Amino acid sequence: MKMKPISILEDRKNQVFTKGDDEFDISCGKKSLAGSVSQRACVFCGSRVVLYPITDALHLVHGPIGCASYTWDIRGALSSGPELHRMSFSTDLSGTDIIYGGEKKLEKALFELIDIYRPKAAFVYCTCIVGIIGDDVAAVCKKVEAKAGIPVLPVHSEGFKGTKKDGYKAACDALFSLIDRSREEIPEKIPLSINILGEFNIGGETWIIREYYKRMGIEVVSVMTGDSRVEDFSSSHRACLNVVQCSGSLTCLAQKMEKEYGIPFIRVSYFGIEDTSKALYDVASFFPDRPDIMEKTALLVREEVAAILPELYEIKADLKGKRAAIYVGGAFKAFSLIKALKHLGMEVVLVGSQTGNKEDYALLKDMCNPGTVILDDANPLELAKYVLEKDAHLFIGGVKEKPIAYKLGLGFCDHNHERKIPLAGFEGMKNFAREIHETVSSPVWDLVPRKCFVDVLK
Amino acid sequence: MLLRHTHTEILPREALTVNPAKTCQPVGAMYASLGIHNCLPHSHGSQGCCAYHRSALTRHYREPVMAATSSFTEGSSVFGGQANLIQAIDNIFTTYDPDIIAVHTTCLSETIGDDLYQITNKAVKEGKVPPGKHVFHANTPSYVGSHVTGFANMTKAMALYFSKSTGVHNGRFNIIPGYVEPSDMSEIKRLAREMGIRPILFPDTSDVLNGPQTGKYKMFPQGGTPLEDLVSTGDSMGTIALGPLASADAARALDGKWHVPCRVEDLPIGLSATDRFIDALRKAAGVSVPDSITRERGQLLDIITDMHQYFYQKKVALAGDPDHLIPLVEFLVQIDMMPIHIVTGTSGKAFEKQIQALTAHLPCKVNVKAGGDMFMLHQWIKNDPVDLLMANTYGKYMAKDDDIPFVRFGFPILDRVGHSYFPTTCYRGGMRLLEKILDVLLDRMDRDAPEERFELVM
Repeated sequence: MKMKPISILEDRKNQVFTKGDDEFDISCGKKSLAGSVSQRACVFCGSRVVLYPITDALHLVHGPIGCASYTWDIRGALSSGPELHRMSFSTDLSGTDIIYGGEKKLEKALFELIDIYRPKAAFVYCTCIVGIIGDDVAAVCKKVEAKAGIPVLPVHSEGFKGTKKDGYKAACDALFSLIDRSREEIPEKIPLSINILGEFNIGGETWIIREYYKRMGIEVVSVMTGDSRVEDFSSSHRACLNVVQCSGSLTCLAQKMEKEYGIPFIRVSYFGIEDTSKALYDVASFFPDRPDIMEKTALLVREEVAAILPELYEIKADLKGKRAAIYVGGAFKAFSLIKALKHLGMEVVLVGSQTGNKEDYALLKDMCNPGTVILDDANPLELAKYVLEKDAHLFIGGVKEKPIAYKLGLGFCDHNHERKIPLAGFEGMKNFAREIHETVSSPVWDLVPRKCFVDVLK
Repeated sequence: MLLRHTHTEILPREALTVNPAKTCQPVGAMYASLGIHNCLPHSHGSQGCCAYHRSALTRHYREPVMAATSSFTEGSSVFGGQANLIQAIDNIFTTYDPDIIAVHTTCLSETIGDDLYQITNKAVKEGKVPPGKHVFHANTPSYVGSHVTGFANMTKAMALYFSKSTGVHNGRFNIIPGYVEPSDMSEIKRLAREMGIRPILFPDTSDVLNGPQTGKYKMFPQGGTPLEDLVSTGDSMGTIALGPLASADAARALDGKWHVPCRVEDLPIGLSATDRFIDALRKAAGVSVPDSITRERGQLLDIITDMHQYFYQKKVALAGDPDHLIPLVEFLVQIDMMPIHIVTGTSGKAFEKQIQALTAHLPCKVNVKAGGDMFMLHQWIKNDPVDLLMANTYGKYMAKDDDIPFVRFGFPILDRVGHSYFPTTCYRGGMRLLEKILDVLLDRMDRDAPEERFELVM
């Protein structure tokens, strides 16, 4: 059965591809077209999520109330100590502030908060409006910092200044500034040490990964940013290696640290058996004069894999041949998901991201079977159309895709940052497999009129 | 303790909102727009706004929420968003084919001073709006008012834009339901029809945001006020506006423009407020109240009398929107409960005065604050504990921290189902509210009862 075609905007035609059918030259990294029902977010969102897991810092949103309301405790970034990051602080700018400027209010707000909570540092997030009314946020931060004696850092995350990716960069700038100014005056490297970058301790993932490194004999100096404390960053510059996950968000920080402190970096993923093992082996092989580390790593991987394989085999038997659609924020996550789903015997029929670049999409294309639909910055109509056309059993995406998947009558896995179940590492792979199994094999899909091909427009 | 950061000492806060009890105008405008049939809401601002609002509504309703965005860039922020909006209008009609685009502004587009009348007129002149299709707008600057203000502004805008008068009465009544759930909108319609009235309810999100699982994804679900009905509002016999803050402006606009007489009533929450609503319908349409409604009223009263001993002097803390809180406080006082801490995030001195009047005879101190926040409410609770908390989902932190029986009420509810299907307005809604209140109060008694006093019959 063939679906009625939906119209894809002329200008978006190069952002949708089917492997095998089309000459592959995806266009991406573009601004979303005005008028599209894009699933993308803004600069502020990018900054807010990257810095959020610094749990003993103050996170003050400078702007009207909305930006603070929507980001109040929205991530599953767990803390083993302070939970100041879960509060929502806003300067709640009103009409008069827009006319006369919000600097005085911001200063007052910072002092009031610092007095009460004695945070170890403060981040001030600039929202759209702050960029327009021209508050000198950096100057206010400087003034407050001088009086309060803690780092007070502006995050230049005005929403309109680009995409979520630009927000990651703004966050990296602020974070680098914090690292640089709080760094202790000891230049020597800490032996056998790393920083973990791009790991946000969603559902305790950082704790899982840290434990692996401990067993390997590697010291984790700091995590950016998962269960982080401000003081952790004072020796970040002394790590031997930066291990960067979720490359979209923190690569620019890794590059900066390489330039300033000479710390090399590698890109890894802790999702799925293959990628987790590779990450650990890559780190171990960075210390070639310590073969014992590689031995410990091999042992760890063997033990951990052996521990989860029996259950994975059971699950695989049920999932074999089922089809999955993936639509996530960063393309790097999609790579790992494809591998992990293959491990579970599933076939990926659609894959897309909000922020992938050309190389990402080329790699995605290589990883996928012919016929797979590849999308950049997709809208709900496109997603619904291809999911039906490819007859998927599972959709992996975020909050806005979830009800669409359920309306269509297919399983869903929320692979974003709101969850509190860890999906990283070997243990995470087991959780992931269970989650997929739970939704794909659910009998509720037998109750719904599942394979209805309709014109999704009307 | 999740909210260990709440201290009991109440210090003056001048420049800060902590843990907001409101959000910004555009989300309310988006919600109202979804209550028009075949209408796509459009956010004229940065991408993030639209993404946040869609996510917030998606989480609350567990339904796909569609809206487009002008995707502002740095360029549009300097040179104005005209080009973006015109392109958006063109793209939306080409791709998604709605009948109506409801544009709302954001803090960004308001501050740079985009003239939406001029831009939409230009779009019409340039032929970007196909014949029979419509684009209208509401100004919803995020730095003024709250989500309720945004709802009110959009509702007023739809009344003003669409209504026409042929000079001949259509024999119908306009009912503006206020910022309530789709379930409440259905319930209000049902009661009006039961009275023999043919209502034009606008906006009407029933069957838009509480749709069934059909195995299909429809971008524009079957519900929403039809265009013809909106046009016809100028010919109606009268308008009943429920909830002064959310609905009065639209009702008065119709009165001013077409001399459609209006009555503004409280939201029909609880016994007396529903009585007033029914009475308003009765008088306006010159009909008598059918037995079926009298019976429903009697059933609500029956629960009240049956269970009154459990309400006796129970202290209650409330957070919510002004239109909801006023009739709710009236209802709680009426059944012998004592609402002692009442916070709304929306500013307005009239609210405080009304609550003070409703609670004047209570034998205890009552704290009330318009333009307050959840943090303040929590501090009040810590200083003077309560037996029951009613608030949106964010109340659960306080409930957990201080072990308070908790009823979810208001927007948003992110962690339970039911609100979109079962009303809390009118007599049946009152019964449901009491059921919820009694459930948590009696569960608490059961939990805390020593074994010898554990009661079978309550």
